[in-house]
Amino acid sequence: MSHEIPYIAAINEAIQLEMERDEDVLYFGQNIATTEDDPFLKAFGSDRVRVTPISETAEIGMAVGAALAGLRPVVELYMAEFMLVAMNQVVNEAPRFRYMSGGRVKVPLVLKAGYGFTAGWAGQHTGSIYSMFTGVPGLKVVLPSTAADAKGLMATAIRDDNPVCYFHHYLLTLEHGDVPDGEYLVPFGQAAVRREGGDVTIVATGFMVGKALAAAEALASEGISAEVIDPRTLVPLDLDTILTSVEKTGRLVLVDQATRYGSASAAIAADVAEHGFSSLKAPIKQVTALDATIPYSEPMEAFLLPDEAKISAAVHQVLGGSPVATA
Amino acid sequence: MTELGNDRLVWIYTQMLRIREFEERVKRTFEDHPGVIRGHTHLADGAEASIVGSVATLNPGDQILATYRCHGYPLALGTDANAMMAEIYGRTGGLCGGYGGSMHLVDPERGFLGTSGIVGQGIPHATGAAYAAQIRKRGQVVLSFFGDGSTKQGAFSESLNIASLWKLPIVYVMENNSYNVVTRSEQEDANAAAGEPLAIKATAFAMPGVTVDGADPIAVYDVVGAAVERARAGDGPTLVESKVYRLSAHGNLIAPPGVPLHYPEHEAISVFGNREEYEAALRGDPVPRFRARLIEDGVLSAEQADGIGSEVRNEMQAAVDFGLNSPLPAAERALDHVYA
Repeated sequence: MSHEIPYIAAINEAIQLEMERDEDVLYFGQNIATTEDDPFLKAFGSDRVRVTPISETAEIGMAVGAALAGLRPVVELYMAEFMLVAMNQVVNEAPRFRYMSGGRVKVPLVLKAGYGFTAGWAGQHTGSIYSMFTGVPGLKVVLPSTAADAKGLMATAIRDDNPVCYFHHYLLTLEHGDVPDGEYLVPFGQAAVRREGGDVTIVATGFMVGKALAAAEALASEGISAEVIDPRTLVPLDLDTILTSVEKTGRLVLVDQATRYGSASAAIAADVAEHGFSSLKAPIKQVTALDATIPYSEPMEAFLLPDEAKISAAVHQVLGGSPVATA
Repeated sequence: MTELGNDRLVWIYTQMLRIREFEERVKRTFEDHPGVIRGHTHLADGAEASIVGSVATLNPGDQILATYRCHGYPLALGTDANAMMAEIYGRTGGLCGGYGGSMHLVDPERGFLGTSGIVGQGIPHATGAAYAAQIRKRGQVVLSFFGDGSTKQGAFSESLNIASLWKLPIVYVMENNSYNVVTRSEQEDANAAAGEPLAIKATAFAMPGVTVDGADPIAVYDVVGAAVERARAGDGPTLVESKVYRLSAHGNLIAPPGVPLHYPEHEAISVFGNREEYEAALRGDPVPRFRARLIEDGVLSAEQADGIGSEVRNEMQAAVDFGLNSPLPAAERALDHVYA
């Protein structure tokens, strides 16, 4: 059984269910639970649900401490950039403790942060900064693109014994989707094949999954059959599903809202070049944001970002004159 | 009343009115011209007296850094309202060419060095500008504007400590509007919860802390003016807690494209159901309050005040028209200015 709800409600549903299931799960952060009728506060009380000051270093640092002490905090950070205020806690504290203790402690926590709000939010609230975290051993990085995954990946993140950066895409906030009822877990490290195809593999994350699917649909009318893969988690990354697809199609287009050298696609491209070179019939093509801070004004903002037309052009490029039915 | 002459008092009133009218036009743009403003705006209505009373203490060459709630300061410093509105509309005629938008206004020629969109992060920038002022020895002072919420950032504590330790020429003006977004101060601030003024935080950094009625531009002028003098004399920083009431919600609606981005009701009503608090704030609105005072003191006649009002309305209507008529930037300009 399933029900249709917005992406953001699916995230909340997962937190709610996990808090019911495990009383060690805490939920705190800025601008939540400020009144008595807040649903989390009503259900779980002020021991486990708290509004915090605007103090990211303390919020995330305290989550590390509470996790060391045996609890499982979920920190509401709203915007991914706010994590940057507390970069030391995210990068140099949370993921290091377990390793440096030789496995004697664990730090199970979830940093919940929205990203990619490219709707006129200008330079400091629009970044796709997940790749700042994918190179940090000990952190896991999750990018749900559907309401169902938003729920299932959050539940898995809360149960994971490691610090997890859970990045939800702001432009997906109100997108409705079918979400399974009750307990629902999406395992980390399992990519989803969103559309099957034989001519080209398109790998996309977050909001770019929808763009890739739209491009694939348009390409289908030209007789081009694109397979669209959503990795869902960047760490761990399901490289096997991507390599298997590239083995079939021989062509790879990567779509990423981040800038080229700050993207997930750069790392995936490197992995495919290293492990799947013999499958490739054409060079890998990356469609990323161009290298600039996101500007406020709409035409400039759009210019920087991947879109359906750029994805289609990249697909045509990797197919480069190869025989494709154009009937 | 302080030593301010009538011309200066009228100037203060005019600037307050300009800020109010500008913010009203920003707000109305969401209704009158949907889609023209994108993303997030934050208005200074309610803080006009605090802003203008503070800016009035400055000399040419002094500098200001502020937050994303930044429309008021440049207006008081003399920045062209046309260019500001065009920036908020994302147009080529904008103050920053449409790159920054509402949250990131900058006008260095008038001493407005910029803002941060991230809470508290402008406080160290202002402190650094004060360090530059100190070693250049030109007698410059820096005003650092921020909200009550940001005083719970490490950047606040770290900056005030250094500024006091080094006796930097800076005045920290905390605009305390009692809310951080939808959270009330006493829910997130230990001093507020204990019933203490937030200016008490200054004692931890061995600097004076003063609380002032931010709805009274003359009171603000006196308090900030004394702090500016102290800073200019080399005696170090002051923390001024200016108590204001923001008359609009924290910002326009936060929503993905397709959803109208109007201004919701103030959080006192929409979150806490406290209409009485909001209505009391409206009764204390600093703009009509100062107008009445100037008329009562014989500084202005009602006719003169109305005349200023109509000039300001014309100016801001022209700003809206200028913004709407200014073209959108060419898309490929997005790659300019990444590096100097």
